[in-house]
Amino acid sequence: MGNKIIELKNISKDYDVRVLNKINLYVNENEFLTLLGPSGCGKTTTLRILGGFEYPTEGDLFFDGKNINNVPPYKRQINTVFQKYALFPHLNIYENIAFGLRIKKTGDGIIKEEVKRMLKLVNLEGFENREIDSLSGGQQQRIAIARALVNKPKVLLLDEPLGALDLKLRKEMQLELKHMQREVGITFVYVTHDQEEALTMSDTVVVMNNGEIQQIGTPVDIYNEPENAFVADFIGESNIIDGIMNEDYLVTFLGRTFKCVDYGFPRNENIHVVLRPEDIVMVPENEGYIKGTVTSTIFKGVHYEMIVNVGTFEILVQSTYQSSVDDRVGLKFTPDDIHIMSKETWSE
Amino acid sequence: MVKRNLHKIYMGLIFVFLYAPILVLVAYSFNDSTSRGNWGGFTLKWYIDLFNDRDIKTALYYTVIVAMLAATIATFIGTFSAIGLYNFKKKPKAIMVNVNYLPVVNPDIVTGLSLMILYLSTNMKLGFLSMLLSHITFDIPFVILAVMPKLKSLNKHLTEAALDLGATPLYALRKVVIPEIMPGIITGFLIAFTLSIDDFVISFFTTGSGVTNLSIVIYSMARRGVKPTINALSTLMLTVVLILLFFINKRSALVEGQKNNGGIK
Amino acid sequence: MNKKQKFFAYPYVIWMFIFIVLPIVLVFLYSITTKEVNNIKTINFTLNNYKLFFDPLYIGVTIRSINLALVSTILCLVLGYPIAYIISKIHSKHRNTVLLLFILPMWMNMLLRTYAWMTILGNNGIINNFLNMLGLPSIRLLYNNSSIIIGMVYNFLPFMVLPIYTALSKMDQHLVEASHDLGADNRTTFLKVILPLSLPGVISGIIMVFMPAVSSFVIPRLLGGNRSLYIGTLIENLFLVTGDWNFGSAVAIMMMLIILVSMSILNRFDVDKEGSGSNLW
Repeated sequence: MGNKIIELKNISKDYDVRVLNKINLYVNENEFLTLLGPSGCGKTTTLRILGGFEYPTEGDLFFDGKNINNVPPYKRQINTVFQKYALFPHLNIYENIAFGLRIKKTGDGIIKEEVKRMLKLVNLEGFENREIDSLSGGQQQRIAIARALVNKPKVLLLDEPLGALDLKLRKEMQLELKHMQREVGITFVYVTHDQEEALTMSDTVVVMNNGEIQQIGTPVDIYNEPENAFVADFIGESNIIDGIMNEDYLVTFLGRTFKCVDYGFPRNENIHVVLRPEDIVMVPENEGYIKGTVTSTIFKGVHYEMIVNVGTFEILVQSTYQSSVDDRVGLKFTPDDIHIMSKETWSE
Repeated sequence: MVKRNLHKIYMGLIFVFLYAPILVLVAYSFNDSTSRGNWGGFTLKWYIDLFNDRDIKTALYYTVIVAMLAATIATFIGTFSAIGLYNFKKKPKAIMVNVNYLPVVNPDIVTGLSLMILYLSTNMKLGFLSMLLSHITFDIPFVILAVMPKLKSLNKHLTEAALDLGATPLYALRKVVIPEIMPGIITGFLIAFTLSIDDFVISFFTTGSGVTNLSIVIYSMARRGVKPTINALSTLMLTVVLILLFFINKRSALVEGQKNNGGIK
Repeated sequence: MNKKQKFFAYPYVIWMFIFIVLPIVLVFLYSITTKEVNNIKTINFTLNNYKLFFDPLYIGVTIRSINLALVSTILCLVLGYPIAYIISKIHSKHRNTVLLLFILPMWMNMLLRTYAWMTILGNNGIINNFLNMLGLPSIRLLYNNSSIIIGMVYNFLPFMVLPIYTALSKMDQHLVEASHDLGADNRTTFLKVILPLSLPGVISGIIMVFMPAVSSFVIPRLLGGNRSLYIGTLIENLFLVTGDWNFGSAVAIMMMLIILVSMSILNRFDVDKEGSGSNLW
């Protein structure tokens, strides 16, 4: 990764209420960074501030080291792929892609070449004279990307660009987008509420909630070491259990004390324990660390998803073996599978 | 910010242009001076003149009667025609819809004189009946135009569901289709009524033998020059319109409020 | 829906034939005959009515009417586009109120709205009174082309503003953002995105203003006096004063033709604009 191309310092945005609160974030050159969070978490607002469609109420925005707080969108070297593509209905595909180049008074010959190159990049060669409404959603998506990339922006912003596509097409486009990003070698800032999408495509994931950043990290970090219960809950499915950190490497929850790999908490601190459903192994009752009764079992295609009542808590377990409702079972996991989160990190 | 202010100034000037003439009429209706130039003090005498004016009273009577009758009949015919036309095959439907459009896109003067020719060619006497028939004719297309979109957006399976549950087609029409397209029917009626109340050109060509409406009376008075009773009439008509609008607004606000409450419960 | 319900429309099919199709056929018949058309035996076809229409006197009337309608339409467009644009930009909380205030004068009878200008522009009207008060002589404001144009703009302005406003407010705001994003400043965005996308509204506005403006006889009568003829007043004269239905019908048919031709020219213009991208290729 290279230098910081974009930096947000203490960015806040107020409408009637505060929608972004003191966002601090930087994006490296050539990085694929994803803003991930539920709807209303502020991810789209953050993106719109980067694009210049909204101005921050407080804080500073830097691009290549220069403050661009008050630079209008048409003077930024940033281009956007809009959520519903926002292709110009009165122009054909050629003119849509050529729009930015024409404004820069590029010569017709170069425009023709560039449009052709872009259509090749997005796998729609020969589509120049087609009208916008003759395209499928996936094709419009590609044209929107081509229209943005033809301007050779330093940063491409993508606002849930795959949201309107069906599952199969979405998976294909995920791979293609990632491929394109490597090919053109520019920075992507991507907004999505789909955690799987975020984990598949990104170099860096920024998890947001309630206008605040919850965690910044690589997909692996975010998944394996969620910093708080929100992230753990939002990324994948988890069991979040109240516990006490007795001392380094020793934690008590569900009435038993376990070895774990975490350390550095104050003694007897109240903490959250995260157990991923796929990390828990279901064993005969007498072999388990924890015993309980299966209360529901659902077939999910690849695996079964079962809920085991262990008295004070219902634990979600995924397994390729099925247990029947009312079966008594034992649950096992290794110290590696226990993730400890401090309770205070929720809002900071 | 400069742009904002420019916008405000421009809209201000436009509103002056739009409202100045109306305010002048209202002010002069209370002016106790026949020469319009100077203010001769406050008076209600033009209103008294107005109430004693036989022509205006007759015209008012005909205006309201014709508008009520024409709008009601047009709504009835228009609604059923829309339902019928909706079931036509594509081509006949397109022809019918286009013919139906003619009175909408034709200039009023053409509609008026062509109807006049029709009546006089068939030796029909121009008067109340000819005016009423003309109003119905130019009202129906607007009712159909208001009802058609509602029919189009109607869930096709609604009627099927009703039939499936044992309703006869007519029962389904009465209990399912008509209630569903009611907003369109009411809109159609209101448009037809307003058009009838306001019509001048078509009435002017198709009426006769002492049957007039308010527009015709105003036209003939205005042709003879400015007359303060017209100012009084304008003020009264404006007041009626304002009161109507107020109630329509209040009603829709009320309906919306009820809807919202329902949603919360 | 039920196939039998087709019958619901049959009465109106007959009604349409009698009150919409037949009258227009009659107008056409009158325009190509002399005198009455009631009696098949005495019917006498001619093209003289149309020939007469091309007499310099009546061609002058036609050109004068078209000119007047064009000037009014252009004025409505120049005044109305900014109004539509500004209203569409108003915060949604106040937008409907402003729109209502704008349409409100339309609810007043058209004759009264026209009459109101008589009291303002007349020799004894407000403006001249004000001039007299300043010691200036009265000017003749009423009964000329300008007073007719003022009356037309006043009456037809909303017909221009509403379709443009609808086109502008239907426009996806993201398209404007996309244009900014691709490097277009406000002026370029207006010229390359907003204006072309509102063109259908502009065209229906032009049609909705031009049509009543060219055919109106009330406004020229009340604000133009009796001094010069326009198509609308000519038709009214022929039917209601001189009773020359044959020539009157020919003039009416020609007027419909003018409107039809101008509408189709405008519609072609719209299509051309939409296809401009491919023409540039």
